[in-house]
Amino acid sequence: MTKKVGKQTFKPSSPPVIISTAAVSGPFEGQGPLGKYMDHVYTDVTAGERSFEGAEKEMMTNACFTCLNKAGKSPPEVDIFLSGDLLNQTITSGFSALELAIPYLGIYGACSTSAEGLALAAMLVDGGFAGLVLAAASSHNSTAERQYRYPTEYGVQRKPTAQWTVTGSGAALVAPAGQGPVITYVTVGKVTDLGIKDPLNLGAAMAPAAALTMIQHFADTGHGPEYYDLIVTGDLGKFGHEMAVKLAVSRGGFDLGKNYRDCGLMIYDTEKQDVHSGGSGCAASAIVTYGYIYKKLLKKEFNKVLLVATGALHSPTSSQQGGNIPGIAHAVSIEMT
Amino acid sequence: MIEFQTYLYAFLVGGAICALGQLILDFTTLTTGHVLSGFTVAGGILGGLGVYDKLIKFAGAGATMPISSFGNALVQGAISEAQRNGIIGVLTGMFELTSTGITAAIIFGFLTAVVFDPKG
Repeated sequence: MTKKVGKQTFKPSSPPVIISTAAVSGPFEGQGPLGKYMDHVYTDVTAGERSFEGAEKEMMTNACFTCLNKAGKSPPEVDIFLSGDLLNQTITSGFSALELAIPYLGIYGACSTSAEGLALAAMLVDGGFAGLVLAAASSHNSTAERQYRYPTEYGVQRKPTAQWTVTGSGAALVAPAGQGPVITYVTVGKVTDLGIKDPLNLGAAMAPAAALTMIQHFADTGHGPEYYDLIVTGDLGKFGHEMAVKLAVSRGGFDLGKNYRDCGLMIYDTEKQDVHSGGSGCAASAIVTYGYIYKKLLKKEFNKVLLVATGALHSPTSSQQGGNIPGIAHAVSIEMT
Repeated sequence: MIEFQTYLYAFLVGGAICALGQLILDFTTLTTGHVLSGFTVAGGILGGLGVYDKLIKFAGAGATMPISSFGNALVQGAISEAQRNGIIGVLTGMFELTSTGITAAIIFGFLTAVVFDPKG
């Protein structure tokens, strides 16, 4: 029997449990409004490593081990490690998997990787293939800015629409049963292209994908936006957030309401921290969800949360060749029962 | 003797070139890379037409400091060497006037890397 409901949504027959999460961040994120929800805040963006790539790997490994420790589990007990990041050949994930020594499946959904990992973990667990799945995602400002834009030391002037890549990593441990919030629905997004070409305005490139995934999620499940205490998109930033609100009205005919927020806007104090349009990167949704939202769910301050992580599926080469920036968004419904 | 007006013209012309670059960055989707290469090529074209040297006479450092001056210097080097040695001079003369700037960039880049160990 298929577990598919509607066109793009999957409903686990026995909702898998997120038994533990961990989030670590760089110092700049630590100074933001959600800094106190991080399990560890590094005092230096190099995290004591020789390179920024080394620092990102240290952060992901730390997030994974912290997540396992909190649940009282060790790496050999975990069946599958699902992870992705923004670097070429997703080296952060691969090198972290080497250290963890857990059977590893690398994933890439750009900044939507956190939700992609969580969605796949839920499916693997509910499908009966795995008893314990660890899902992680990371990004680092200095590695991602170099990968997608310019090396940070070049000191290029940033546009108002530009976003600030979040430094940090988040991990979640998914099991068939246990204490914690459960994953009730997974909506897998379609790649959407509205012709945006500007790599300095990724929020606008991803907003249509976010809006369409939300519209489809609500159509498939029969729930409306009011069903959730909190709907969060991954990293649309200020401009993308406004655009998603408008698109939800024009394309879906509903108001997302004041419960709709964006991880990229939550992580920084946009008044005091000079991040322009907000945060971006895999870590934006990962550390907000696995740091802040998870803890709020455990305290029952949130009961129903819809995570809609968004990703821009371009490469620097495709942008330089004048290609559009297609976007994607995956939605995961997390509920405290 | 340099007259006071030269300072004023340098300020105005140099400022205008930079302001143009800023306007392009703010109001188009072009990047800093486009502005850099665009201004270099524009300086080269104006240099080839003999306009840029007049601008330098008029505004001094206001015209020599922006990257457009680099394009002009590339073209001026090529033209003067071509006049002396024929068409092959275009190739040999291209870096004649600009070699100082290019070498300085390499040397100072090297020294900075040695001292600061950049990671970005």
